[in-house]
Amino acid sequence: MNISWRIKTMLLVSCVASLVRPVLGAEAPVTITVGSKSFTESVILGEMLGHLAQQANIEANHRRQLGGTRVLWNALLSGEIDAYPEYTGTLMQETLVKENLQTEAQLKQALAIRGLRMTRPLGFNNTYAIGMKDELAGQLKLRTISDLQKQPELVLGFGNEFMDRADGWPGLQQRYQLPHRNVRGLDHDLAYRGIESGTLHVTDLYATDAEIAYYKLRALEDDLNYFPVYNAVILYRADLAQRAPEVVTLFKRLAGRIDAPTMSAMNARVKLHGEAESVVAANFLEQNLKLDIDLRVQTAWHRFWRHTVEHLILVGISLSAAILLAIPLGILAARRPRIGQIVLGIAGILQTIPSLALFVFMIPLLGIGGPPAVMALFLYSLLPIIRNTYAGLKDIPPAIVESAQALGLPSRARLHIVELPLATRAILAGIKTSAVINVGTATLSALIGAGGYGQPILTGIRLDDIGLILQGAVPAAALALLVQGLFELIERGLLPKGLRVQASELRSVN
Amino acid sequence: MLVLSQVSKHYGDTQALAPTDLQVPAGETLVLIGPSGCGKSTLLRLIAGLIQPDSGAITLEGTALTPANILQTRQRMGYVIQEGGLFPHLTVRDNVTVMARYLRRDTGWIQSRLAELAELVRLPQALMTRYPDELSGGQRQRVSLMRALMLDPELLLLDEPLGALDPMIRYELQQELKSIFSQLGKTVVMVTHDIAEAAFFGQTLVLMRDGRIVQTGPFRELAQKPAEPFVEQFITAQREPMEQLAAVLR
Repeated sequence: MNISWRIKTMLLVSCVASLVRPVLGAEAPVTITVGSKSFTESVILGEMLGHLAQQANIEANHRRQLGGTRVLWNALLSGEIDAYPEYTGTLMQETLVKENLQTEAQLKQALAIRGLRMTRPLGFNNTYAIGMKDELAGQLKLRTISDLQKQPELVLGFGNEFMDRADGWPGLQQRYQLPHRNVRGLDHDLAYRGIESGTLHVTDLYATDAEIAYYKLRALEDDLNYFPVYNAVILYRADLAQRAPEVVTLFKRLAGRIDAPTMSAMNARVKLHGEAESVVAANFLEQNLKLDIDLRVQTAWHRFWRHTVEHLILVGISLSAAILLAIPLGILAARRPRIGQIVLGIAGILQTIPSLALFVFMIPLLGIGGPPAVMALFLYSLLPIIRNTYAGLKDIPPAIVESAQALGLPSRARLHIVELPLATRAILAGIKTSAVINVGTATLSALIGAGGYGQPILTGIRLDDIGLILQGAVPAAALALLVQGLFELIERGLLPKGLRVQASELRSVN
Repeated sequence: MLVLSQVSKHYGDTQALAPTDLQVPAGETLVLIGPSGCGKSTLLRLIAGLIQPDSGAITLEGTALTPANILQTRQRMGYVIQEGGLFPHLTVRDNVTVMARYLRRDTGWIQSRLAELAELVRLPQALMTRYPDELSGGQRQRVSLMRALMLDPELLLLDEPLGALDPMIRYELQQELKSIFSQLGKTVVMVTHDIAEAAFFGQTLVLMRDGRIVQTGPFRELAQKPAEPFVEQFITAQREPMEQLAAVLR
């Protein structure tokens, strides 16, 4: 049983390894990677960059809604992505705030030192604004941010990034001496829903947000000139100019072409009318830059298939690796009590790290995309298998272990002939638990650019589209059930017949 | 054949076995008897090498038992425990032949040895493909004995082999076991707490108490010349209910 098990596992691993390349990303010389932050405007601009690269016959890989500024910035510095849309205010006030940059010329210089460049501004200033329902603002007679001082009981909810940024809430509170106590951080897109339902009164807006008009919001006047200018630019690696000069030339053509109403309208087409970012981006390029975009629209099935493959690869590799390591660790733990305590302790601690945090911890170590996601899932899958292997071996009656010893079987042979077969049921139960946890947790991989069923969920949250969320959630749940069923079948094949006799007799007794 | 000299064992502060000498001549059946916790099972497990003595030496046919040669030596011992200790995931045949197959003995030899042993313990061929959970308690002990005898060991160690069986089957198996022992002429060390069983099997009885041998000799000698009052008490304690029973029947 052990040999056939090992062969099956090896087959699984090699199968998965041959599928792995698309996710783990072996970079061919002619492709470039662009990134976008996790909000609609950034995704639309990212799509434009992708279309432009295609114009130059260069394969472009767009890592959509990769995360916040930090993630994109680091990915650009490390070369994991070649370009992404950014805002000058963010760079000067947040990313490079320590350098105390005053002008865009100084900013260009600071970027050059780091091997980065930026285009001239694209044409719109997407600064932060502080907004609330127009109706409520009217009732309370609020016109400027200073007016908020008089209403300390209002509930404030800001996007997570705004909450933490030096140029976000902490600075704003200081400048305007705002007295509010009830301030919470939440997803920017959820904040709009909070405003609409009345649970939140005030939130941060981006000047080009489509929702401002849709939700009938009023942007309060920044009367103390707190918010800096957030000119949109394309940030790219200096070496891109050598690798793909024609792409950089095309990027530069965007400069000065997108004004605030245009951007706001594009945001509205995606967020409010449900058009694909890719289509909106292509239409803009066709109309304004007179480019002929070959729109390879992905059908829903195609997308579903891609997410399925990505998800399966993430789960397949991380789970197989976890099985291969956790079973020997469980055996070690059962045989050497002292090492066992350490092994179980470490695996237990790993399990207590919130999964979201574990994914983010992997970014500095392994970058973005498949590898950090696989590593996080792998670590997460260890404990249930280790613990069940350990318990399965420890639960074997001493009389049986002793009988095997008394026969003169050496330790290894006892393990293979007697102990592992008897622990099969427990070990498989551990694997099943791990597999189900793994399939569910893998949806978080989309947060660090690894795709999978988490991608539609993430996009669904951004676009407030329940249908899209279900497109990710339902297959993920179905896959979890499927994997569970699969291991049940494996159990049927692998469980020694004598133990099945026991099980069926128990059932008939009951 | 089997010689123990000054063998002792303790667990933590508890002395399980005080320094003890014991000789078992070849072909003899020796029975270790005494109340629970007297050290009789510890002694047997020391002989089987399942636990290591704190002091003293155990030699089998002149070879001292060491951790290095214990795996080899165990092939010369057969070991049967109370519940049989059969592997629940293996059939009767696989349970009996597991060690022979591990040692890559000739398949033909294994087959004929299996048939021979089945006949010896009177186990029908049809049961060879059953799993332990599909057997009765008595059948399981027969299989366990087959497994212990498979490699034709010189020494047979039995730890309460009939302890878990109901009285009728126990009586039947006692008779059979005794005839098997005399047929095979093997050296046997058996542990029991039942004085009648001990008297039935043993040429020599070794009565133990608190990790010490109290008296060694045939049952007659223990009954007639008890070394300590405890010997008499131990025998009387088990005899009395039987005599009351006999009195009622009379």
